[in-house]
Amino acid sequence: MSRLRSTASQLWPRVAAILGLLLLWQLVAVSGFFTSTVLPPPSDVIDSFIQNFAQPNPPRESIVAGTQASVIRLVVGLAVGIAAGTAVGATMAASSYTHRSVGSLMAGLQALPSISWLPLAILWFGYTERAVMFVVIIGAIPAVSIATASSIRLVPPLLVRAGRTMGARRWTLYRRVILPAAVPGYILGLQQAWALGWRALMAGELLLTATGGKGLGHLLEANRQLQQTPAIFAVMLMIMFVGMAVEATFGAVDRRMRGRRGLLVQT
Amino acid sequence: MRTVPDLRTVHVPEEAPAKLTARGVSKSFRHARGGTVTAVHDVDLEVRAGEFVCLLGPSGCGKSTLLNLFAGLDRPDTGELLIDGRSIEAPGPDRAVLFQEPALFPWMNVRDNVEFALEMLGLPKDEREDRTMHWLHRVHLGRFAKAQPHELSGGMRQRAALARALACQPEVLLADEPFAALDAQTREILQRELQEVWSETRNTFVFVTHNVREATFLADRVVLMSAPPGTLVTEHRITVPRPRDMEDVLLSKVVVDIHAHLSKEVDKVVAAEIDR
Repeated sequence: MSRLRSTASQLWPRVAAILGLLLLWQLVAVSGFFTSTVLPPPSDVIDSFIQNFAQPNPPRESIVAGTQASVIRLVVGLAVGIAAGTAVGATMAASSYTHRSVGSLMAGLQALPSISWLPLAILWFGYTERAVMFVVIIGAIPAVSIATASSIRLVPPLLVRAGRTMGARRWTLYRRVILPAAVPGYILGLQQAWALGWRALMAGELLLTATGGKGLGHLLEANRQLQQTPAIFAVMLMIMFVGMAVEATFGAVDRRMRGRRGLLVQT
Repeated sequence: MRTVPDLRTVHVPEEAPAKLTARGVSKSFRHARGGTVTAVHDVDLEVRAGEFVCLLGPSGCGKSTLLNLFAGLDRPDTGELLIDGRSIEAPGPDRAVLFQEPALFPWMNVRDNVEFALEMLGLPKDEREDRTMHWLHRVHLGRFAKAQPHELSGGMRQRAALARALACQPEVLLADEPFAALDAQTREILQRELQEVWSETRNTFVFVTHNVREATFLADRVVLMSAPPGTLVTEHRITVPRPRDMEDVLLSKVVVDIHAHLSKEVDKVVAAEIDR
């Protein structure tokens, strides 16, 4: 019962904020101050969301199909980017020399917004799927490698010493002690990589509409061309939902891991 | 060298073979701001098999350094360190270490922490499980096998670390002020428990502490180190039979005696600090 009450007390400010925004939006929209092409009322947006959700509306695909295409790109791009970033990060952590050399390269790369790679990617790969993927991958690598390296370097020396006195050496020490001890920092890096990747992917899809016309970014652009403002809002909602879902998943994994290790700050 | 004149029971025969040997060992560290500090200077020490030796000294006297050298976590600048006559080159499971912090892995529960050490020894799964539970029960943590380290109190965590060390049945146990971070009551309980367990296992034990009472309570021999650079100044053989009582009059006499020596060294440390 008290658990239910605390869930409710957590929930109501959020619900109130959303309802308040919707109400304000609806009021402004029906006031006639803007035309419905500029600012459609939320009811139109919800209608459009429901109509286009599973049903393709030629020449546009359905929201579900677009989401699927984008999420697959994100997953594949991140998988490659995370794998490469982890390897680079482990190299950086291997010695102070590699940390200075490779590390400064990664710090430089991270200062570069990944979407700025797109023109180069188009030159290299043409107007293809690979160009968009490249942008996602190149965005994830510095974030993951820097987080990997710093989390390995910040592993408490005491745990490493303890592992060594128990006879763990080299690869065993690395795999059984150093890597698990580095997990909290690593997860932060993954969270950052996915957020950067998702932003870069949307920008890439928006700019690169010739890749078979699939994905949420394409859908945004297609609806703009057709001046379907409610549909634009509907797609934006979907982009937000995907982001929130991934964020929530990461949050749950992170909380679980921190809870087990006693790293959760009680609030 | 002094000997306390009470010889009711001598646990370790003088002729027991040397388990650990330090010969002419020195070790310096470089300061972050430049310059070097000699932590340990020209130390000779022999610890016989089955002997419980406490290293006692003022802070900064290099007692932890000496322990780390025996552990193989550090290498000496000069001199040699031997176990059973073999040179100590690296850490190894024949020398379990108890640190001031429990050093349990936070991603494993208590049982897995102990089992990890046994896995490193290459023991088969069923033997690992048996030994782990045996030692957890032995240190009164049987009910907490599945707890995460952070769910335990400081004393319980240090008990788990003790179980992990003992489960490996090491030839040598090296302890670096393992009870220093605990409150007085918990410390006393753990000191009694350690005495009890050690009376059965009789591992060779080197125990670093700055607490005179703790040293006299636990040790066969208390070795006093000087103000830095650390060398050995005196040693006191403690022949009070076990189980010992903290309030034992004989022990208290030794405590007073050692205190007199220790305070001379502490005064030197304080004088040096004021001069600086």
